[in-house]
Amino acid sequence: MKENTIDHSTAAATFNKDVERVNWHDETLWFVRSKRDKSAHAIPEWETLRETASNIKFNVLSNMHHYLQEFEAKAKENGIIVHWAADGEEHNKIVHSIIAKHGVTQMVKSKSMLTEECHLNEYLADNGIEVIDSDLGEFIVQLRKEPPSHIVLPAIHLKKEDVSNTFNEHLGTEKGNNDPQYLTEAARKELRDTFLTRKVALTGVNFAVAETGEFVVCTNEGNADMGAHLADVHIACMGFEKLVPQRKHLGVFLRLLARSATGQPITTFSSHFKKPREGQEMHIVIVDNGRSTQLGREEFRNSLKCIRCGACMNTCPVYRRSGGHSYHNAVAGPIGSILAPNLNMKKNADLPFASTLCGSCTNVCPVKIDIHDQLYKWRQVLVKEGYTPTSKTVAMKGMSAVLANPTVFKIAGKAGRFVVKNMPFIVNNSMNVWYKQREMPAAPEESFREWYAKKQKESKDKK
Amino acid sequence: MSSRDSILNKIKNNQPSSVNELPDLSVLGLEKFDVIETYKTVLKGIGGFCEEVSSLDEVKAYIAAHYPTDKRMITTISELADIAETEWTNDDPHSLQNVELAVIKAHLGVAENSGLWVTDAILGQRVSPFITQYLAIIVNKNDIVPTMQQAYERISNLDYGFGTFIAGPSKTADIEQSLVLGAHGARGLTVFLMG
Repeated sequence: MKENTIDHSTAAATFNKDVERVNWHDETLWFVRSKRDKSAHAIPEWETLRETASNIKFNVLSNMHHYLQEFEAKAKENGIIVHWAADGEEHNKIVHSIIAKHGVTQMVKSKSMLTEECHLNEYLADNGIEVIDSDLGEFIVQLRKEPPSHIVLPAIHLKKEDVSNTFNEHLGTEKGNNDPQYLTEAARKELRDTFLTRKVALTGVNFAVAETGEFVVCTNEGNADMGAHLADVHIACMGFEKLVPQRKHLGVFLRLLARSATGQPITTFSSHFKKPREGQEMHIVIVDNGRSTQLGREEFRNSLKCIRCGACMNTCPVYRRSGGHSYHNAVAGPIGSILAPNLNMKKNADLPFASTLCGSCTNVCPVKIDIHDQLYKWRQVLVKEGYTPTSKTVAMKGMSAVLANPTVFKIAGKAGRFVVKNMPFIVNNSMNVWYKQREMPAAPEESFREWYAKKQKESKDKK
Repeated sequence: MSSRDSILNKIKNNQPSSVNELPDLSVLGLEKFDVIETYKTVLKGIGGFCEEVSSLDEVKAYIAAHYPTDKRMITTISELADIAETEWTNDDPHSLQNVELAVIKAHLGVAENSGLWVTDAILGQRVSPFITQYLAIIVNKNDIVPTMQQAYERISNLDYGFGTFIAGPSKTADIEQSLVLGAHGARGLTVFLMG
């Protein structure tokens, strides 16, 4: 894991240097958000679905201890080997030990944000295991040695010219051929060979059913299935919050997931894995990595309802104009900003501030997480725990001193008006971020209180 | 203490003290619409083709007219044995890499998203609908249900090792949101609506 992360606002400033690209990024994600709206509005009972999904998840969170044991017992009955990992490191060790046991040095992987969270690829590379990400977007960013910038659309920050250059360099595609059809075909050919030759395949998990011990993996490309059904060993990694109580509850979530994510009525493939195929070995790794701590934080517990659709990112005005990489966390955007401080308050103290608190995230969330409320609550926790920058604390303390005392407020107002009018250079300089890309209005001659006092006096004099 | 026990202990201590009730699902899936028409419209919208047929002979005629019959075709439907191989279900799954068309049946279809439910019992091999270049699935019109709500009511607690909903051809939009059909799975899907 990289230390010395660049904070969100600095990274966002860098991202915003290329105005044309930022505008394009903004519009592209808004386009996805619009598709979500169209799809959601076509379902008259959409709001009932959201409410139901939210309540199912509340039930799961309140009965997690029972459901996890039920799931484990059923999965074992089905012939699946179940592992438990307290943190990312243990998860990585478990995955590596399974690969090592089979004496192979290569693995194919479909999309799993959990393995990004645990930094599995780096761990395996350090241990001599080559991992190929098979989701097209993840394959692209992996070739470029970048992390995904979005949980559903990993390469959304890239233009087709970028992909063309990357493929030209790594796959030998024609230079300057930017046709997405041509580029996708090149990746299809390359990865088909990968699927056919790997003995071990790793997938994520979208939902796991306590009642039956099965798990569901959703993809549009079919890459999870190509990997899993051809490999001798299938490893599925899941955060424990992926559980749903019964199979019938899958219907509610599968109706919401793709519509919220991309506006599709459902992903192309919603695959239910219950038992290994004959001769195959199937593993499930159940991961905690801070989730049980979050479960105990009453105000933030709700964030564990997340089904990773990415709708909150697509709608977020800050995410759209700062890019996923500025969040320096496996899960970016509003939901990432309420999950990340739980993992590391110091490192992620900037993220709950990367929001306008406009509430759009909360409005589109398919499981009704109060995302913007939690962002606001995290700010308070982070200030109390002393994780915010001193400059901000000092400024806030100064502000509260001024606002709390009418005399000081009056003097400060006068001074402010004088400075803006007569010595604007004192405030209008590069030191003051409030003047960045902004013109300040002219200072009024008098404050409201002064004006009011004057008017009161005038009307008294008339009488 | 093992990681299992310590995780479970921590969860027990940290989860809410009382259990929230599960919601009633019977309030969902009550929307009324033309199931077959919706199915066809949604399938078209996500890049699939729909053919209404009344017999397997019509299926055969359609395949002969629309697919290169000199390439490898496989099926799990014994009545189609004269146009496609049927003796492949116990082979190494890797040997299916040169299949051009796989023809299989679905247990049921879902109108709201055009998904088709298939399981081990009718797939022949789990990888068959993914590894083939093109896919054709036959489903009875009577087996199309309105929403996922009814789909899971039908699936109920039936046992299977593997099952999947297939909705349209494999696709990606990972390059600048441009939709491309045929990512890693089948490049095209034809659904034969039988009845």
